[in-house]
Amino acid sequence: MICQECQTRQATLHFTKIINGKKAEMHLCDECARDKGEQIPGSNSYSIHELLSGLLNVDQISGNNEFKTSRAEPEPLVCDQCGLTYERFAKVGRFGCAHCYKAFDAKLDPILNRVHSGNDRHAGKVPKRTGGTMQVQREIEKLRESLRTSIEQEEFEEAARLRDQIRELEGKIQNGEEEA
Amino acid sequence: MSLQRFISQAISPWMKSGPGPDSDIVLSTRIRLARNLKNYPFPIFASSDVSEQVLRHVSEELSTIPAGADGALELLKMDDFSFNEKRVLVEKHLISPHLAEHSRHGAVMLSPDESVSIMLNEEDHIRMQSLFRGFQLDEGLDFSNKLDDCAEEKVTYAFDEKRGYLTSCPTNVGTGMRASVMMHLPALVMTQQLNRILPAINQLGLVVRGIYGEGSEAQGNLFQISNQMTLGKSEEDIVEDLKGVVTQVIQQERSARGTLMRSSRIQMEDKVFRSYGLLKNSRVMESKEATKRLSDVRLGIDLDLIHGISGNILNELMILTQPAFLQQYAGKELSADERDVRRAALIRERMELEKENEE
Repeated sequence: MICQECQTRQATLHFTKIINGKKAEMHLCDECARDKGEQIPGSNSYSIHELLSGLLNVDQISGNNEFKTSRAEPEPLVCDQCGLTYERFAKVGRFGCAHCYKAFDAKLDPILNRVHSGNDRHAGKVPKRTGGTMQVQREIEKLRESLRTSIEQEEFEEAARLRDQIRELEGKIQNGEEEA
Repeated sequence: MSLQRFISQAISPWMKSGPGPDSDIVLSTRIRLARNLKNYPFPIFASSDVSEQVLRHVSEELSTIPAGADGALELLKMDDFSFNEKRVLVEKHLISPHLAEHSRHGAVMLSPDESVSIMLNEEDHIRMQSLFRGFQLDEGLDFSNKLDDCAEEKVTYAFDEKRGYLTSCPTNVGTGMRASVMMHLPALVMTQQLNRILPAINQLGLVVRGIYGEGSEAQGNLFQISNQMTLGKSEEDIVEDLKGVVTQVIQQERSARGTLMRSSRIQMEDKVFRSYGLLKNSRVMESKEATKRLSDVRLGIDLDLIHGISGNILNELMILTQPAFLQQYAGKELSADERDVRRAALIRERMELEKENEE
């Protein structure tokens, strides 16, 4: 198909545009599309961005009545560090600073679940220097889990071993905190 | 400048050191970590002054971290480059289009062999990328972890127990890691099996993209498979899942190549040699055609039909025939039509070079 604009080059961009509710089919070559300022997939960071902003706005658009009444209170959610409002975050799809995660915490679980296939908690790496006792705490949690299973299965020797291990690690954390 | 010299400068050293594991199908492996500093607003919302501070702070602190075998990282500030020079860096996959076009006080720190690039003031304060030849996810993760540990000793990251490494975009939070594998899948495309495989891959929390990332169209049968999810799984598990899928795709591509060669060898030979002929003789070549023909020739090399050409030719010419590179080589701005002529000439010249090397 030939580009409908220059009538010479091969059209490479085919899309439907809706202008004032009217559908218009467009067939353009790269050059003309660029000249006309049409977005070419891949030439900018359009997709995820817009998609995400759509996701974040879902509860506002589809907001049921309950939600609307709660939102009717003129108390907009704002990050007290960088001043970003939740509304703006939802529009841009980007946080303003690390503290926004705390400021918008109450609303984040459903969003993160949607973006990360049902996950809202970190389960990966912890920074060595500043992660503090988190690595050890993770280990303790895991041991506690095993402890529960071994008690359920009446493996008491194993349970005692795990209990000692947990105590040792807990001691480590306490000592570490005292030193710090 | 001679073409040989231009290429030697244009192609990243890490790409030239021979083929990596499974390089008949996997061109490269990339691990990217997104990190932010604790007490600074994220780049998109930071003032110019703050961004400048971040740039100074991070580039100074990270200047001494060991990023590969030889030598220190080199700092390149976006403000010091022309539009076309920045495009060249994008075409080499060393920086993102976002850093080139939208960043304020954006910069990149490059290792001498260009296998490590650390972008500063991109969407996040720090984006560390390491590139590897062929299929090397475990090695990649291991290396990236070490690089990250070194950086973490120098700067304080924004990290939260609940959400992990905090990023500007909620799609990166948690591990901040994007692991991706660049694959050449001509046989799966030819046999139309890829259409069947792609939806399955998407269901596993992985995405498939064209070679220039998000939203880009697949060119030259090259596909980038990477993890979509960054939260709720450990880096190791993410890489393990990706590895499993990529391994299967490799097997399927190999088996499709085998089937094609058994059932229609002469048609395959015709296809690859036709493309070879076109690359050697054309006078005008659009980018789309070039990548298609290059893919055919690369397949011909991998199927042992075409001899005496390095398999690197696809990787190399895919990059060299991009618009900014062509303009760089020409030393001036070119119209689309002029580029098509230059592209054809450059490919012909490159093919000649190959023959000389052989003799």
